[in-house]
Amino acid sequence: MPPYRRHRWLTPLPLVLAACGGPFPQSALHPQSDYARSLDALFHGIFWWAVLVFVLVESLLLFILLRYRQRAGAATPKPTHGHTVLEIAWTLAPALILVFIAVPTMRTIFATQQPPAFNALRIEVIGHQWWWEYRYPAAGIVTANELHVPVGRPVDLEISTADVIHSFWAPGLGGKRDLIPGHVNRITFTAESIGTFTGQCAEFCGESHANMRLRVAVESDSAFRAWLAGQGGLGRLAAKGSVEEKGRDAFRRYGCIACHTVTGVSAGVIGPNLTHVGSRTTIAAGVLPNTAEALARWIGDPPGVKPGARMPKLPMAPADLTALVAYLQSLK
Amino acid sequence: MSATKGWRSWLTTTDHKRIGLLYFWTAFVFFLIGGLEALIIRAQLARPGNTVVSAETFNQLFTMHGTTMVFLALMPLSAAFFNYIVPLQIGARDVAFPRLNAFSYWVFVLGGLLLNASWLLPHHPAPDAGWFGYANLTSREFSPGPNIDFWLLGLQILGVASLAAGFNFIVTILNLRAPGMKMMRLPVFSWMTLVTSFLIITAFPVITVALVLLMFDRFFGTHFYLTSAGGDPVLWQHLFWIFGHPEVYILILPAMGIVSEVLPTFARKPLFGYTVVVYSGVLIGFMGWGVWSHHMFSVGLGPIADSVFSATTMLIAVPTGVKIFNWLATLWGGQIRATSALHFAVGFIALFTIGGLSGVMHASPPADLQQTDTYFVVAHIHYVLFGGTVFGLFAGMYYWWPKMTGRLLGERLGKLHFWLMFVGMNLAFFPMHFIGLLGMPRRIYTYAPELGVAKLNLVSTVGAFLIGASILVFLINVWRTRKRGKVAGNDPWGGATLEWTIPSPPPPHNFDVIPTVASRLPRWSMTQLTAIPEGAELGKPHAPAGSWWPLVAACGLPVLALAPLTHTLWVAFLGAAILITGIYRWAFEPFEV
Repeated sequence: MPPYRRHRWLTPLPLVLAACGGPFPQSALHPQSDYARSLDALFHGIFWWAVLVFVLVESLLLFILLRYRQRAGAATPKPTHGHTVLEIAWTLAPALILVFIAVPTMRTIFATQQPPAFNALRIEVIGHQWWWEYRYPAAGIVTANELHVPVGRPVDLEISTADVIHSFWAPGLGGKRDLIPGHVNRITFTAESIGTFTGQCAEFCGESHANMRLRVAVESDSAFRAWLAGQGGLGRLAAKGSVEEKGRDAFRRYGCIACHTVTGVSAGVIGPNLTHVGSRTTIAAGVLPNTAEALARWIGDPPGVKPGARMPKLPMAPADLTALVAYLQSLK
Repeated sequence: MSATKGWRSWLTTTDHKRIGLLYFWTAFVFFLIGGLEALIIRAQLARPGNTVVSAETFNQLFTMHGTTMVFLALMPLSAAFFNYIVPLQIGARDVAFPRLNAFSYWVFVLGGLLLNASWLLPHHPAPDAGWFGYANLTSREFSPGPNIDFWLLGLQILGVASLAAGFNFIVTILNLRAPGMKMMRLPVFSWMTLVTSFLIITAFPVITVALVLLMFDRFFGTHFYLTSAGGDPVLWQHLFWIFGHPEVYILILPAMGIVSEVLPTFARKPLFGYTVVVYSGVLIGFMGWGVWSHHMFSVGLGPIADSVFSATTMLIAVPTGVKIFNWLATLWGGQIRATSALHFAVGFIALFTIGGLSGVMHASPPADLQQTDTYFVVAHIHYVLFGGTVFGLFAGMYYWWPKMTGRLLGERLGKLHFWLMFVGMNLAFFPMHFIGLLGMPRRIYTYAPELGVAKLNLVSTVGAFLIGASILVFLINVWRTRKRGKVAGNDPWGGATLEWTIPSPPPPHNFDVIPTVASRLPRWSMTQLTAIPEGAELGKPHAPAGSWWPLVAACGLPVLALAPLTHTLWVAFLGAAILITGIYRWAFEPFEV
């Protein structure tokens, strides 16, 4: 059973939706962190009040329409102008229901905006048109688009942007929060189960807003440490005379170094850090799988894959492209 | 007496009824354009990875769909009824400022044309930053083309039209009521027009200021919304939503007014709790000012601000709920005639209730953080603005069509229209609740098949095309009944208000004798209302002359807008000269001929 199907089988919403297919990797109805669960519990409380009012109003409306249809020869109805007691009653009733919604709402607002725990793992999230940069300051690591976090440990995302407003949203792990120029925002959560969660930018941020996707890999503590260790240091060195070395030369010759960092080779900061790009499962902000074929397609024509992409389409000899792809794939 | 025939008479008319018809047909054409844009959007989203349109075009389509529906379709369709019906309901011979009224209409048309002209230029640089145009995406740095210029200049012009109309209707309703029509005898539609007009004159200055600042940022290098010199993009969000939320009530209150007229007529019962319904409308108008930050819960304003705006938002549900219960009580115990107009009014209650309930869901900030900027909110706004406003407006069309044209729309086609639209609307928008909760953000031109929302999206697209079909049925109905429809007479429905005491369509001066009103429902409580009292001096009814100057003055505004678009200074002087000449000649033109 995939992780996002484990809980909440008592509530009908996921059940109804199961009939429409699935699985739903980006569903807000399958919360897998403390933060996401508290939002979900609140939503379900409100949902049932809404169902109650919905059934009440719509069935009353149907009843009235059937009961008071015009009948031939009926007398003109009695002209009632109002009824004070009734009107006070249906002013107070919704107000009372709202109390039952407002109190848990306020509680959740404050509970979910607490300062992060002392042992929280701090990660800086920086939005770019149209990809995500992640920095792990304690470990000195910079990566992109695929976030790795340990299960069961509080995570403190410190979010900001390099250009326009974006919004970080991984529904399984919690609600969204905007990345705003000149502001630093925060999302804190503790992931509760291992698995990969997808998400994407939720605030319209320009031409390829739809292609600004992300992944969060929630890993066991040991797997996370292993990943962390693998991301440090230099990129893998290419053997002399190998195709990877030709690829590294192409990486320099075609000017990729101006925008991309590969530690030990280049120091560009405009595009994603590629020091360990070969270890990611997707490329181009989650739009393509990280395969040789997809990489060649992406490098061959970035704006063709991702409209408006800042990475230009370069006239590249096929041999160079093949070598470059091999080089990038070797950067595990 | 002004000309009443030929195209010139339409360009120069100051008759509120003709201006109402102009508003109606112009807005309806924009409604069709906005609908067409929606259908292309739905075609693109029918399956994942579709390639009906490019990303760039898609972004322009959803921007223009929203902008068109809000500013060029729904507001002016309401304005069509303000124009045509309000003077008749209050027993007046025209609005307070007939030439200003013509000016409003022409400014609206020209602003709408300017906005849409962007589609026709090479590379179609239509606005592409969303109808909400969040800074700093709208800055020169991130939107170098003329797209945003068209948007902000178009909206500035439309704001002038709305403001002029707002003042006009406030003065009209406060000053031109027939003798005896106290405020608490005012028909609810006219009441809601008054509240809406106050919202317009207070909300539009805010967006005007916001747009002026944006204009300065884009054309003169200031940094109101840019952090580079200490500005803040969040300022735009505050200003936009301080306007934007009252704007929601500008869109819904007129429809609520229409429903409050239609239900009593077809239940043969007075509106239940008139006073409460009116005060609820006024209260909604006031409370609409205190809730804007509920559009900004994901901005991170902090727990205190979130709590306050959450509480004020939830409170608005109270007067809204009160209205729904009062409408239900109006129908209770009545003799309900199931006309097309009543179908649409009842549809309004059924659908608006759903929109109201999802509204309460995102009034709760933590819940909203999973909903905002997703299709869940797209579902919500369409239940409110389509299920609410559009259904309300169609109720008004079927109800007042005979008054405006002299002929009834066909009832059978009307009901077909209703059922197609009702089913289509629910198919199109109900699945969007799930699409959003399953993780699909709004404003994306494509989505991954892995999301698992392809089937739901396909259902939604089918629903959208059903809505399109229902609009065709309406147009066929209009076409078929234009000559062969049942003749209306003064009052085909047995309505209670003053507009039903005069011929359909009414003569240019509306009332031979201004009626004296002694009750809230003059037609139901008095017979002989139209009879001319013995010995009354009839005289020559006040006959407004046509005028070219409102049209001329209105033409100055788009010319002024062309100056920044073309970066040419002399065009600005030309535009100003046209505007000033128009106003000057208008001011010195004798009003009555």
